[in-house]
Amino acid sequence: MTLNPPIFGLLAEFHSPEELLLAARRAYQQGYREMDAYSPFPVEGLAEAIGHHRTRLPLIVLIGGLIGCVSGFLLQYWASVIHYPLNVGGRPLNSWPAFVPITFETTVLFAAISAVLGMLALNRLPMPYHPVFNVERFALASRNRFFLAIETRDPKFDYARTRQFLESLTPHGVFDIDR
Amino acid sequence: MPERDYNPHPSEGGLVKPPVLEPGHTFASVSDKISAIVLARRTPKGWIFGFAVSFLLTMVLLYAVTYLFLTGIGIWGNNVPVAWAFDIINFVWWIGIGHAGTLISAILLLMRQQWRTSINRFAEAMTLFAVACAALFPLIHLGRPWVFHWLFPYPNVMALMPQFRSPLMWDVFAVSTYATVSLLFWFIGLIPDLATLRDRAKNLVFKKLYGILAMGWRGSARHWHRYEMAYLLLAGLATPLVVSVHTVVSFDFAVGLLPGWHATIFPPYFVAGAIFAGFAMVLTLTIPIRKFYGLEDFITMRHLDNMAKVLLATGLLVAYGYMMETFLAWYSGNPFEEYTIANRMRGPYAPAYWALILCNVLVPQALWSQRVRKNVLVLWVVAMVVNVGMWLERFIIIVTSLHRDFLPSSWEMYYPTIWDFATLFGTIGLFVALLFLFIRFLPLISIFEMRALVRETQETGRGEVSKRDS
Repeated sequence: MTLNPPIFGLLAEFHSPEELLLAARRAYQQGYREMDAYSPFPVEGLAEAIGHHRTRLPLIVLIGGLIGCVSGFLLQYWASVIHYPLNVGGRPLNSWPAFVPITFETTVLFAAISAVLGMLALNRLPMPYHPVFNVERFALASRNRFFLAIETRDPKFDYARTRQFLESLTPHGVFDIDR
Repeated sequence: MPERDYNPHPSEGGLVKPPVLEPGHTFASVSDKISAIVLARRTPKGWIFGFAVSFLLTMVLLYAVTYLFLTGIGIWGNNVPVAWAFDIINFVWWIGIGHAGTLISAILLLMRQQWRTSINRFAEAMTLFAVACAALFPLIHLGRPWVFHWLFPYPNVMALMPQFRSPLMWDVFAVSTYATVSLLFWFIGLIPDLATLRDRAKNLVFKKLYGILAMGWRGSARHWHRYEMAYLLLAGLATPLVVSVHTVVSFDFAVGLLPGWHATIFPPYFVAGAIFAGFAMVLTLTIPIRKFYGLEDFITMRHLDNMAKVLLATGLLVAYGYMMETFLAWYSGNPFEEYTIANRMRGPYAPAYWALILCNVLVPQALWSQRVRKNVLVLWVVAMVVNVGMWLERFIIIVTSLHRDFLPSSWEMYYPTIWDFATLFGTIGLFVALLFLFIRFLPLISIFEMRALVRETQETGRGEVSKRDS
C-alpha cells in the first residue's frame, strides 16, 4: 500500500454538468463513497450519483409545522380560557374558529423557520473553513466549472491509483486538496 | 438590442414568442454580467442621483414621523368619524404591492414557469421593502407607538394578553409571519449568489462580507439537494401564506359592521387587488432598471408581455369585485348599503371614485392589444396608472365608508394634511432608497438560476447551442 500524502483528497475539474455526472457515476461504480461533487447550479441526478438519495428535511419541516400549529392554538386557548377568561354575552370561551387565522400563521412561521434552519444544519452551514477552498481553481465552482472530489478518508483511496482513475475520466485537471 | 422574432417552439408554428433568455449566453457570461453590476468599482452617476433623491424623501419621512411622535396623531387629517385614513390606506397599499413578489417567487415556481427566473429576486426584494413600509404605518398610527410591543403576547406585569378574537390581532401575526418568511425566502435564494460574489470580489472588505453571508457555501451536490428541497418547501408554505395575509387584511374591514366594509367578497377581491397592484409595481420598476443596466437579454419582451397579461387578468378580477360590490348593495335592499354606493358615485368623493374606475378598470383594457404590450413606454404608463388607481381604491373603501355612516348627525368630511402626504411620499422614498441599495450591493437577478436556465434552454433546443467555455 502506498503511503498517502497528508492531503484532504483529490479534486478533478470538468467543463460541463454532463461530464461531471458521468464521472460521479463512474467513481461510484468503482466503489468510492467518501466523495462530493460541486457545481455552480443544482444538477439533476448528481446527488443520487454520489450516493445521496434522501433527505430528512421534509420530516423536520413537518414536525416544525406541527409544533407551530399546536403551540399557536394552545397560546390562544390558554390566554382566552385559562389565563384571562372574558365572558362576552355568554359566548363560549374556547371560540376556536376565531383562533384559526393565528394558528395557521404560526404553523407557517414555524415550518418555514425549520425549513431554513434544518437545511443549514443538515448541510453543516455556516462552515467558515473547508479544505476544498485551498485549491485556487475552486473559485470557479461558483461560476462555470464542475468539480469531483474524492476524499482520503475513503477506504478505497490510494493516492496513485485514485489519481490515475480520475485522470482516466479526461478532466480538465486533477489537483491535490491541501488540508 | 432590437427585439427579434424568435420561435422557441418551431414545431408549433404560428405563434412567435420571444425567448425567456436571449440565445448565445453561457454559464460564465450570465455570472459575469450580473455580478459585474454589483462588483463594479465605479458607482454610476444615475445611481448616485436616484439614491440622493430617494434618500432626501426618506429624510422627509423621518421628519414627519419625529414630529408625529412629539405631537400626536392630531397632525393628521383623520378624526371621528374618519378615524382611519392615510395610515391604513397606505398600509393596505404597500402590503398589496408586496404580494406580487411572493406570487412570482413561490407560485410561479410551483407552476414551473421558467420566465419567473430573471425577475424573482428583484420582486422578492420589492416584497421585503414594501412590507417594511407597510409595517411602519400600523406602528406609527398607534397613539403611543413606544408601547407597540403590547401587540405581542408576552408575559408582562399587567398580566394582560392581546385579544386573539380580533382581526387586528390576526393582522399582527399575519404581517410579521409574512415579513419573516419573505426575508428567509429571499436570503435562502441569495446564498449561492453570495458565494459567487465572494469568489469574484476583488475588494477584500466586500470579499469578507460576502463570505460571511455566504456561510461557506461551496455548491456540493448534497447541499444542493437539501437546498432545493428547502426552497420548494418554502415556496409551498409561502403560497397559502400570501393568500392568508391579504385575506386577514380584508378581515380588518369585513368583520366590521359598517356598510361598504361588511362584505363577503372582500377576501378574494383584496387578494386579486394585491396581485394587480404588485404586478403594476414590478413593471414600474423593472422597465427602467432593465433599460438602465442593459439587462434586455435577461428580462426579455416575453417577461414584460407575461406580466402585462397577469396585470390584465387580475385587473378583470378586480373589476368584477367592484361590480359585485355595487350589485350586492342594490340586491341586499338595505338602504344603508345602497346609500354607501350612491354616495361613492355621486357624493363629495365622487371624483376619486371615477378616477379609480378609470385607472383600474378602463385603462388596463389597453393591455388587450399586443401593440400596447410591446410598447415599453406605454406599458410603463399603464402600470403607473394602476399604482395610482390601487391607492385610490383603498382611499375610497376606507374614507367613503367611514365619513357617512348610519347617523347623519355624525357625518363629517375628511381632508388629508401636509403631514399625511409627507408620510406617504416619505415611505415611497424609503422604498426606492432601499431598492437602490439592493441593486448596488446584491445581485438583482438570481445568478445560479440563470445558469440553470442556460442549461435548460440549451438542452431543449430553445436556445442556440453555445460554446460552454469562455
